[in-house]
Amino acid sequence: MSLLEVENLSLSIDETPILKSVELSVAPGEVIGLVGESGSGKSMTALTVMRLLPHLSRTSGRVTFDGIDILAATEDQMCALRGDDIGMVFQEPMTALNPVKTIGEQVAEGIRWHTRAGRAEAEERARRILDRVGLPEAKFPLSRYPHELSGGQRQRVVIAIACALKPKLLIADEPTTALDVVLQAQVLDLLRDLVAENHMGLLLISHDLAVVTEMADRITILRHGQVMEAGDTARVLSEQVHPYTRQLTQASMHVPERRPNAAAHHASSTGADKQGALLQVEKLTRLYPGRRLSLLRRGEPTRAVDDVSFSMMPGQSVALVGRSGCGKSTLARMVLALDKPSSGSIHFRGEDLTGKSEADLKPARRNMQVVFQDPYGSFDPRQKVERLVAEPLHVLDKVPTRRERREMVAHALHEVGLAEPDMDKYPHEFSGGQRQRLSIARAIITRPKLVVADEPVSALDVSIRAQILDLFAELNGKLGVAYLFITHDLTVARAITDEVMVMHEGRIVERGKTGEVLDHPQSEAAQALVAAAPDLHRAIARRMQEQG
Amino acid sequence: MSARAQTPNDGMASWIGKAFANRSFLTGFLITLLVAVVALTSFLWTPYDVTKLIIADKTQAPSLTHWFGTDHFGRDILSMIMVGARNSIAVAPVAVGIGMGIGVPLGMFAAARGGMVDEALMRLNDLVFAFPALLSAIMITAIFGPGAVNAIIAIGIFNIPVFARVGRAGALSIWPREYILAARAAGKSKTQITVEHILPNIANQLLVQGTIQFALGILAEAGLSYLGLGAQPPMPSWGRMLFDAQTRMVVAPWMALFPGMAIVVTVLGLNLLGDGIADILDPKSRRQR
Repeated sequence: MSLLEVENLSLSIDETPILKSVELSVAPGEVIGLVGESGSGKSMTALTVMRLLPHLSRTSGRVTFDGIDILAATEDQMCALRGDDIGMVFQEPMTALNPVKTIGEQVAEGIRWHTRAGRAEAEERARRILDRVGLPEAKFPLSRYPHELSGGQRQRVVIAIACALKPKLLIADEPTTALDVVLQAQVLDLLRDLVAENHMGLLLISHDLAVVTEMADRITILRHGQVMEAGDTARVLSEQVHPYTRQLTQASMHVPERRPNAAAHHASSTGADKQGALLQVEKLTRLYPGRRLSLLRRGEPTRAVDDVSFSMMPGQSVALVGRSGCGKSTLARMVLALDKPSSGSIHFRGEDLTGKSEADLKPARRNMQVVFQDPYGSFDPRQKVERLVAEPLHVLDKVPTRRERREMVAHALHEVGLAEPDMDKYPHEFSGGQRQRLSIARAIITRPKLVVADEPVSALDVSIRAQILDLFAELNGKLGVAYLFITHDLTVARAITDEVMVMHEGRIVERGKTGEVLDHPQSEAAQALVAAAPDLHRAIARRMQEQG
Repeated sequence: MSARAQTPNDGMASWIGKAFANRSFLTGFLITLLVAVVALTSFLWTPYDVTKLIIADKTQAPSLTHWFGTDHFGRDILSMIMVGARNSIAVAPVAVGIGMGIGVPLGMFAAARGGMVDEALMRLNDLVFAFPALLSAIMITAIFGPGAVNAIIAIGIFNIPVFARVGRAGALSIWPREYILAARAAGKSKTQITVEHILPNIANQLLVQGTIQFALGILAEAGLSYLGLGAQPPMPSWGRMLFDAQTRMVVAPWMALFPGMAIVVTVLGLNLLGDGIADILDPKSRRQR
């Protein structure tokens, strides 16, 4: 008998249909993957099971959990279920914990509430579960606050809260999306072990097919609130009967076609003559002051970037990969002259960028631009596209007239696949993928020689990600612009870069041709990254093998 | 549809429609409008002349001839409240203007520079802030002499640190955003970024703080005139009226009741207006109304 049975579930919020006859079942000890792109209704399905839907929502159909009709249950009954028999893990470990309570309190809270256990007993149980999720008390006392933990550790606390009472069903909504690949692998292992130990059912929600394939026994693919295909993971993904399944898998494994460009072709970084280099970074170090220990004493400074040297040729596409917190973004900011290095030098087209005033940097700024990760955060919500995309234009020697400016913006929009009328819209009128196109339009409007892209596709859905990667590849060929791609996602690095630099704890530990480094990593850091990276090909192959 | 309603560009008309659908805003707006109309009317007409003392009519209870009664000099309380409203209404915009005009740029500058400059400015700010508002106003009027203008300036000065703080806090939350980083990567100077990106994004917070300071300004003005440091007789003011009423509470309670009510209602109206604006501008709370 299934633990959770969702039959013919439809949901509408404020007259807008969200889910249409969704069918889903989870048996004890089973992992079900719920996959879909943003807006497909994955999270809403989870919230329906928890009955945590927003006001004005109307449901029909049946949801049965352990013999209880969820949709008809009273709020009191639901309160007893939530956190006890059904646990939930959220995506963002930063906001899922209360910053003013210690982790011990937060884990014990649910235990005390549901079991009426005393403070001491609840604390004891909290200690045990925290130990189980890999936060032993000796290193992580219960009196720690969330801000004292890293993202991965926080997600462990969230999992501890969800699993403290050994729920029968655990719902994990994008539990690893905010984590880097190594942490992702660890958290997924932990979830897998917990499922096996407690014979829990796990409903794993993710947009990442590779992750779901590695974890789930059965998979349900959702699109526009409807189930496209459901069934055994290996069968669904290997046969790819449904066109949408095929589209998703192909997008996940997409490698853009790249026109080899002449400049990059001749470039070889190892023996490059330093004259021709586009970017030359030497012995770059950035220290962050240590924690203040007393009024006059500070702790050891943190070496965010530690003695880094590298060079890039014009038109070359280089990936900078590493785990979160390894100093990738700090390095990128220094290259963009947005952050001052503590020591070392950066030469861009032969010109030293360090220690220059903003006015002296103008010519360099014209030739280097940036694309950020978050397509929602990288635009001022109160300005129209025309102004936003034209922002870099003021570094030009001759400030363009209004007409020229509109023409340039229109041209840039055209290059990234958007239309001219789009320039009179506000950023919120665009989807995530379109906004990332806007970011790219803003980056190329001054015809830069170098674009630094900081995780440019990690916030995007797979099919959109494939399109944006294509766009990057196309612009690389067309405009001859060099890319410094910062990413923790090796598939992205593999897709569009010539070379990879692996960064670990502020240092570059490995550099080489993309294929070579990713297939035969030498350094420990690179090996860890490669091993942890979810790979759809590999995952499907393994699934097939398991089933013979 | 509902997503469309949240766009910043749907023009004035629909913004006004939304504003008047909000109960706090509507109530606050009507009260404030009433006070403003009363103050303006007093320039043209009042039921009685407030500078004329008619001792024969002193401390009369409210009646049809004197709706709110008369004071110990036989002046009509209603007329005095109408004239007093001028002062109260005048003090708020000027004082808030001074506070915003100096405080916001200070806060912006501190947030943009950061480090020692920020630290020094904000500590100086704390110093001004540490004096109870009324006390510093008393100090200023004591030095420059009592009078309506000095009272307004004094109230304005104690508004400066409030706006500096709100402005700085708001700016600090905007500075780390990626679009600011993008603007910096595009080579914009800090001043340009502040004007183009920071200010429009914290305008809401400043506006809401403004309405709160409006209300506080009116209270402070009443407090100062109560102490005799505001508008000078024979010009009536609400605070002064309360002071005069104090010793006659038992024999003529209306002398205290009506100016007191005037202050309460005006402050309430402004607070509601502020709440309403905050609700309307905050997209998250919009759905609940």
